[in-house]
Amino acid sequence: MYDFNFAPVFASFGHLLAGAAVTMELSCGAMVIGLVVSVLCAAGKTSRIKPLRWLINIYVEAIRNTPFLVQIFFIYFGLPVVGLSFQPDTAALIALVVNVGAYGTEIIRAGIESIQRGQIEAGIALGLKPYQIFRYIILKPSLRTVYPALTSQFIFLMLTSSVVSVISANDLAAAGNDVQSQTFASFEVYLVVTAMYLVMSSALSAIFALIQRAAFRYPLSR
Amino acid sequence: MIRQFGWNEFEIIVFAIRWTLALSAIAFVGGGIGGLIVALLRTSDSRIGRGVMIAFIRVFQGTPLLMQLFLAYFGMTIFGYNINPWIAATIALTAHASAYLGEIWRGCIEAVPPGQNEAATALGLRYMNRMRYVILPQAARIAVAPTVGFLVQLIKETSLTSIIGFVELTREGQIINNATFRPFLVFSIVAALYFIMCWPLSLLARRMERKFARATTR
Repeated sequence: MYDFNFAPVFASFGHLLAGAAVTMELSCGAMVIGLVVSVLCAAGKTSRIKPLRWLINIYVEAIRNTPFLVQIFFIYFGLPVVGLSFQPDTAALIALVVNVGAYGTEIIRAGIESIQRGQIEAGIALGLKPYQIFRYIILKPSLRTVYPALTSQFIFLMLTSSVVSVISANDLAAAGNDVQSQTFASFEVYLVVTAMYLVMSSALSAIFALIQRAAFRYPLSR
Repeated sequence: MIRQFGWNEFEIIVFAIRWTLALSAIAFVGGGIGGLIVALLRTSDSRIGRGVMIAFIRVFQGTPLLMQLFLAYFGMTIFGYNINPWIAATIALTAHASAYLGEIWRGCIEAVPPGQNEAATALGLRYMNRMRYVILPQAARIAVAPTVGFLVQLIKETSLTSIIGFVELTREGQIINNATFRPFLVFSIVAALYFIMCWPLSLLARRMERKFARATTR
């Protein structure tokens, strides 16, 4: 029978916690910037300029139909060839933003499409400016509609961010790799790291539920 | 000595697709069987069955696939087996796909109007027959579009098996890149090959979703 030995893992628990902090920083940063990218691209998809819509469509389809691992290899190893080189953590953040931006665009676009035409016409009739119509009549209700889809995408992003360990970023999975190569207690290390991811994803979904209650408390009109 | 990137290298990358497709097929079939069990238990009357499946789904949807792969990979030695990337990848991807498909199909089963189940019960059908002849055929129609959508995710996720040393499309790209040092070209080709596999499926899923939405709107 195999003897589990968690002692060396907990001896370097501080290193794992530091990695978890980097994972949270990376994913929260990518969520915020990615949300801005998503809203801009979703707004761009409703614009009358055809080339802009095409560009956004190409971006969204290219990202959604290729693996994140290949995207991060392309950004970290491929882009330096054309003169764009980044530190591992920067490359990781860029890759995560680019990735979540594409999924977010699709999600928010679906929300925007669910807004009824009459709402916008009512806004025009009330004399609201175009940006006010977008901000109050289109964006907020559609964010409310797609909030569950958006937040589960964000949690998925946090889990996906473990892949950035392959380019030696300093996230939790990479910290796990470090501890693994020092202690050789492979299974124990990854069991603890997996449990830490589970705690982080549960914490995120609890936080998202709190935000939902605070931001979208007003009643649905029926 | 750096190797030139030529037709031969291109061919090696293209032919690595077969391993990606094989892995995706194994994971999809395994995940399909596992997912059906998960979905049925998750919607069953048994409180224990539901509880176990809720925990299973939460664990596998709440942790990264990369960690699941590592655990399957290193866990094999604990049970006294030699490390074999094929088996580790199969176990991890099957469990992962079971959790996701189980959760998707649970939604589809619950979307069948409850009156159908009640009517079938009133007609004296047992659980198996109720599922087999009444509930699942109707749930399957709802399930097709999201299932194809998940297949796209699964194909992309097989790329992670390259990290535990499985030579499929992404790993072959890395190997060729290490030999030729043309990262921009190589990873563009790899990305394009994934795109060719996934995009038609994405389009299909979207079209079926739209068709289904049109068919069910009153």
